[in-house]
Amino acid sequence: MTSVLFDVPGPKARRRQRLGTVLGGVVVAVLVGLVLWRLGSNGQLDPSRWAVLFDTRTNVPQRLLEALLNTLQVAAVGMVAATVLGAFLAVGRLSDHVWVRVPVTVVIEFFRAVPLLVLILFCFLFLPQVGVSISAFGALALGLTLYNMAVLAEIIRAGILSVDRGQSEAAYGLGLRKWQVMTSVLVPQAVRRMLPVLVAQLVVLLKDSSLGFIVGYLELLRTARSLVETLNFQFGPIYTFQLYVAAGLIYIVVNVLLSQLAKAIEKRTDRSAKVAATTAVDMTAGTPPVAGDTQRV
Amino acid sequence: MRLTRYAAAAAALGVVLTGCSSEAGDQAQDAAENTVEVQEDVSFEAGTTMAEINEAGVLRVGTKIDQPGFGLANTEGTPEGFDVEMAKIIAAELGLSEDQIEFTETVSANREPFIQNGQVDIVIATYTINDTRKQVVDFAGPYYEAGQDIMVASGNPEGIEGPDDLAGLNVCSVEGSTPAENIRTNYPEATLTLYDVYSKCADDLLNGNVDAVTTDNVILTGLVAGNPDAFELVGNPFTEEPYGIGLTLGDTEFRDFLNDTLEQSFEDGSWEAAWDATAGAITGEPAPEPPAVDRY
Amino acid sequence: MSFLADNFPLLRDAFLTTLALTVVSGLLALVLGTVLVAMRVSPVVALRGLATFYVETFRNTPLTVVFFFLAFGIVQIDLQFPSRFITAVAALSLYTAAFVCEALRSGINAVPPGQAEAARALGLDFRQSLTTVVLPQAFRTVVPPLGNVWIALAKNTSIAAGFAVTDLTATLQRLANANADQLVLVFAAVVVGYLIITLPSAWGIRVLERRLAVLR
Repeated sequence: MTSVLFDVPGPKARRRQRLGTVLGGVVVAVLVGLVLWRLGSNGQLDPSRWAVLFDTRTNVPQRLLEALLNTLQVAAVGMVAATVLGAFLAVGRLSDHVWVRVPVTVVIEFFRAVPLLVLILFCFLFLPQVGVSISAFGALALGLTLYNMAVLAEIIRAGILSVDRGQSEAAYGLGLRKWQVMTSVLVPQAVRRMLPVLVAQLVVLLKDSSLGFIVGYLELLRTARSLVETLNFQFGPIYTFQLYVAAGLIYIVVNVLLSQLAKAIEKRTDRSAKVAATTAVDMTAGTPPVAGDTQRV
Repeated sequence: MRLTRYAAAAAALGVVLTGCSSEAGDQAQDAAENTVEVQEDVSFEAGTTMAEINEAGVLRVGTKIDQPGFGLANTEGTPEGFDVEMAKIIAAELGLSEDQIEFTETVSANREPFIQNGQVDIVIATYTINDTRKQVVDFAGPYYEAGQDIMVASGNPEGIEGPDDLAGLNVCSVEGSTPAENIRTNYPEATLTLYDVYSKCADDLLNGNVDAVTTDNVILTGLVAGNPDAFELVGNPFTEEPYGIGLTLGDTEFRDFLNDTLEQSFEDGSWEAAWDATAGAITGEPAPEPPAVDRY
Repeated sequence: MSFLADNFPLLRDAFLTTLALTVVSGLLALVLGTVLVAMRVSPVVALRGLATFYVETFRNTPLTVVFFFLAFGIVQIDLQFPSRFITAVAALSLYTAAFVCEALRSGINAVPPGQAEAARALGLDFRQSLTTVVLPQAFRTVVPPLGNVWIALAKNTSIAAGFAVTDLTATLQRLANANADQLVLVFAAVVVGYLIITLPSAWGIRVLERRLAVLR
């Protein structure tokens, strides 16, 4: 698609582009150099300051690893629960029955509209008042789930609506009931089709777990801050920058890995769908193809 | 433990890569231990909170983990400080050892709900006794009298002697805190910058974004201790902040027990020992006179 | 109820701060995001790489971390924003721009290739075909995803509370601490403040979506 927007560059354009690239590269290099120079002159590049991140005697690496596991745990629970509930809500919102559609719509719109921070606090402070005891982990997981299930429901709904009408018509033609059409034909295709958007939202969920600080859940960012506060007290503010850089980098690495994983899954399901389609042809007539329309994803 | 082994491997790699070790690592050491003698023979009337806690074998305490001297998590994540020592003293009277205390971080806006919902038995978290709070929770104590004070850049460039000098200056504190409300109501000419934690205020004072930081003197003392070259305390407290132990509203028996325990610790020297090992170790000053317990 | 009346000026100011943060950051993010997406589909490899790097970095970093670096990190390179409100606007718009860029890119990908081909066949160059043919159509198809980004932004402003901006969430903390006996009311008031921004937005987006929907 993008290639349609411009011609294959000729020799002159190529020269211009090369010049532009070199100039741009120089500008970027100068900027990066400036930043490093200022950081260096403020003592932030001092190796002993960075060593704290790897020095097990300080307990810093252990704490960060433990905190990362806490983050991953709460995010994993939130992801699974939000996806499952989101799929149900998406189907519910497309229901023919008003008494299903309206309440589901209200639920989705409400949870989409309230800030997550407030939602987590609410779960933490008010569920116990009505007799449901909840831990910091539970409140955070529940908050993440409620908010993201609403967002995911909308994504999956858009996916369901984008599946060719022929798919559901064919399924109805085979005599499937409505919920069968939904669960075995539309939702699987919708989820696969919306996979990139879904994963982008799951990345958001993982990052949002950092809001657990409000209920005192020791996830990655809160732990980094706690370490900063402790080390500040003992040594002055010489590790602040390093610890926050470390926390930021860990988030980026984990999230990029998550996106890569999603891409790998996408490729795999794409291939297996094609294989399924071919085998379906080989089989006797009457076996419904599992999923047909995946190549366009 | 596998986790530790991986971390150790990563650390070895890191130390090799960076080619040197960190100051923090070189100085890693155990903090001074203050032990409290656990009462072996304790018996409480059945049905009281004391009996319940004793039976459960665990005392659930809400505390701060970001306030040096009172409640600050060490690098292992365990809170240390005067509040923590007070919790140990109370646990000992309940027949529980310090390993049987379960600390939960209390953060802004959750101290009262924590107590009301029974998520903790007591809150010891630089928790000022005041009238609005008394409507929803009960307080034992006070066990310490703090006062609002001001921290400035070293050398005190603005020449701040007290709150009246704050007019027209940028003052940093924490949103929702009592000191912030005090400045807002009584010294409206000061410009307030309000963060969610005091460490950000310290950063801002360091950067020159604000001229002063104000909150309870004991909290400021902890901040000054972290960076004595950059900060200094004005040392002129202008409010009274009695720190109390929060507990469920109406649990008079438990409150009396806590008050008795406090008074006893004032007398037998354990209160003073707790002070010397924690907050006192920062300031280097001897323990003050213990406050009079208020059995309202 | 007198509690709400007493604190109405406070809540109103907080609401206006949240609204201002959302609108200003939203506009800036829209501009920056459009520039980024133009870079991402441009013929110059370096620009594409730069834009991709930007988007991947900001999309994968928690907003709190972005805030922290703009508030306290850049001091280490001897820079500073003039006020904490501007810091918050900068953090929110830099962060949101990455999401705007992704939403727009999905929109550009949804414009049928024939459109761009036709534009090129008419002799329009890259800039012309992008600004007069592709982007206008892309903006239409991206109304729902852009709307989601906008709503997310409105709620993300709550992070600014931790960085010295007196928005609705900061006021929640303040009132909650000062009125331990009125927690439910405090929560309700603040949530309503956010709903006043987000619910009409969601509704407006749906109307806009229906109006602008391109029939193919």
